[in-house]
Amino acid sequence: MEMSALGKLYRDGDEIVRQGEAGDCMYVIQAGRAEVVRSEAGRESRLAVLQEGDVFGEMALFDREKRSATVRALGEVRALTVDRKTFLRHVHEDPSLAFRILQKMSKRIRDLDAELARRQAG
Amino acid sequence: MIECLPSGLRLGRCRGASLLQVGKEVFVGTGRESSLALESGSRVAVIGGGPAGSFFSYFVLDIAYRVGLDIQVDIYEPRNFSSFGPAGCNMSGCIISEPLVQMLAAEGINLPPGVVRRGIDSYLLHMDVGNVRIETPLREMRIASVHRGAGPRGMKETKWRGFDGYMLELAVGKGANLISNRIEGVTWDGSRPQVRGRDGVPKSYDLLVGAFGVNTGAQKLFEGSAITYLAPATTKSHIREFLIGEESLDRYLGSSIHIFLPHIPRLDFACLIPKGDFATMCLLGEDIDEELAQSFMKTREFRECLPPEAISQECCRCYPRLNIRGTGEPYADRVVFIGDSGITRLYKDGIGAAYRTAKAAAVTAVFHGISAGDFRDHYWPVCQGFLRDNRLGRVVFTATELIQKRRFARRGLLRTVSNEQKKKGAQRRMSMVLWDTFTGSAPYREVFKRTLHPGLTAGFLGNVAIGCWPSKRGDSGEHKP
Repeated sequence: MEMSALGKLYRDGDEIVRQGEAGDCMYVIQAGRAEVVRSEAGRESRLAVLQEGDVFGEMALFDREKRSATVRALGEVRALTVDRKTFLRHVHEDPSLAFRILQKMSKRIRDLDAELARRQAG
Repeated sequence: MIECLPSGLRLGRCRGASLLQVGKEVFVGTGRESSLALESGSRVAVIGGGPAGSFFSYFVLDIAYRVGLDIQVDIYEPRNFSSFGPAGCNMSGCIISEPLVQMLAAEGINLPPGVVRRGIDSYLLHMDVGNVRIETPLREMRIASVHRGAGPRGMKETKWRGFDGYMLELAVGKGANLISNRIEGVTWDGSRPQVRGRDGVPKSYDLLVGAFGVNTGAQKLFEGSAITYLAPATTKSHIREFLIGEESLDRYLGSSIHIFLPHIPRLDFACLIPKGDFATMCLLGEDIDEELAQSFMKTREFRECLPPEAISQECCRCYPRLNIRGTGEPYADRVVFIGDSGITRLYKDGIGAAYRTAKAAAVTAVFHGISAGDFRDHYWPVCQGFLRDNRLGRVVFTATELIQKRRFARRGLLRTVSNEQKKKGAQRRMSMVLWDTFTGSAPYREVFKRTLHPGLTAGFLGNVAIGCWPSKRGDSGEHKP
C-alpha cells in the first residue's frame, strides 16, 4: 500500500517542522505518530504526541510568525502539507472551510487553559 | 415569495427570477425574502449518492449540527458501489486534484491508502517529438488516483475500495439515511417536492437536491414531472482499463500520470493513469468513438508506455458522456442541482467541482435559505464562476490544439519545459501552465493569465524558433525506460 499513500514519508527522528523556522503550510498526519517538542533555554520538553488525522503547523496559515515548536517523527510518519496560499484562497471563497481548523485551535486553547489551571493549583 | 402566473409560459429566465413549472401552472420564485428555510425536523432528499450527493449530505449535516439544526437527509442511490464493473461504477478517469486533496484534509476527510490506488507526484508529457517529466512543486504525493467503483469488470477481489463508496459511507456516518430503492418519479404536492419510490407512495421533502451524473438516466425522473430540468450539453469521452499488475505498473507508469498530445482529429488529449493493478486510459475530445480510440492506441507514444501483452488485456471500457456546457440556472424554490447534474468544470476536476457546488449549496441551505432567491444570491455565483472559467478553458485548449497540430510548436514546447525542469531555481512558467491545465490544480483563468506573461511568451517563441530546425527525436526530453 506504500504507493497508495498520500503526502511525504518521514523516517524516525526526522524533523518535519523546526522551532524558529518560517512556515507557510499546515500538515495533516496521514499515518504514524509524531511528537511536538519545544526548546526553552536549551531544555527540550514534549508538549504532545500527534497521530493519524491530527493537524499541526496550522498557526502558520493565519500568522507569519516562526514555528513555535519542533515536530519530530516517532517511527515512520506520512504527512500531507496544506499550502497557506491554497488554503486562504479557498477560505476566502468558502469561509466554512475554516470551521474544523478553528475547532482544533479552540480545543488546544481549552487544553492549555486546563493545563494552566492544573499547574497553578499544583 | 412565490407568485402564480398563467399556464403555458415557456420555462427560462424571467426578469432575473427562476421559473418552476408545477402542474399546469408556472410559479416564479422571486425569493428576495428568505421565507423558505431549513428548520429542525426539515427533510432533505438527495437524488444520487455519488461524490456530489455525498459531499452535500456530509456538509449539510455537519454545518446544520454546528448551528444546532436537527435535519433529516435521505440519499437515494440504488447502486452498490462495492460491485465490480459498470454496476458499481460512475465512469470517470477519476483523479482527486492537488487542491482538493488539501481541502478535504483541511475538512478532516483524509483519503486512506485503501481508497487511493496510487499517490501521484508527477506528470509525464508525451509527444511524437519526445517526452518530458513535470514534477509537483514539493515532490510530494498530493494527487490521488482512485476508482469510482470497486474496480473494473472481471475482478473478483481487490485490496482497495471505490471512492464513491467511501464518500457515501462518510455521509452515512454523519447521519444521512441511504435509501437503495430506485426512484420512480419526482412530483410536487402543491408546496413541497415529492419523491415517489417503487411502492408508489410519495414522500414530501423540504428540499430536493439533484446530485446525479449525466450518465445515470436520472434526469428522466423529471420528464413530465412538475419540476422542469434542462439536461446539460454533453460530449462523449472514452475510458479503458488495462490489467497490468502492481509491479509492472510501477515499472512502466511509476507514480506519474502520462499525458499525450497526439495530432489526431477530434482528440484534445489523452492520458494514462496508474491505479492499483490497472492503467486507466482516458480520451477527451469531440464525441470519441472506437475508431478514434484505436487510432490513439496505435501511436508509438502510447505503445511505449505499457507492456505489449497488457494492451491486449483490456478488460473494461466505456464511453461516458461529459457535461461540457452546464444546465440553465440549476435551482428553484426548494430545489437545487449540484455537481454534474448542474454545472461543472470543463474536462477537469469534476470531483473538485462536485465538492465546491455541494458545499456552496449546503452553506446556502443552512445559512441563507432554500428559496430560488437564496440559491441565486449565494449558490449561483459559484456556478457562474465555473461558467466564466470554462470559457477561458476553451481558449486554453484551443491554444493547446494549435500546438498539437504543428511539429515545430511541439518541439518548442518540449524544449521550453525540458529547460525549465533541468535548471534548479529557474522560473517554471510553462511547466506550471501545463501542470495546472492537465491536473486541474488551478482555475483556467489563472492558467490563462500565466500564458500572457512576457517571459513565458518570449521563452516559448525562442524555443519554437529553435524547434524549426530539425533535430533528433527526444534530444531535449527524456525517454521511457
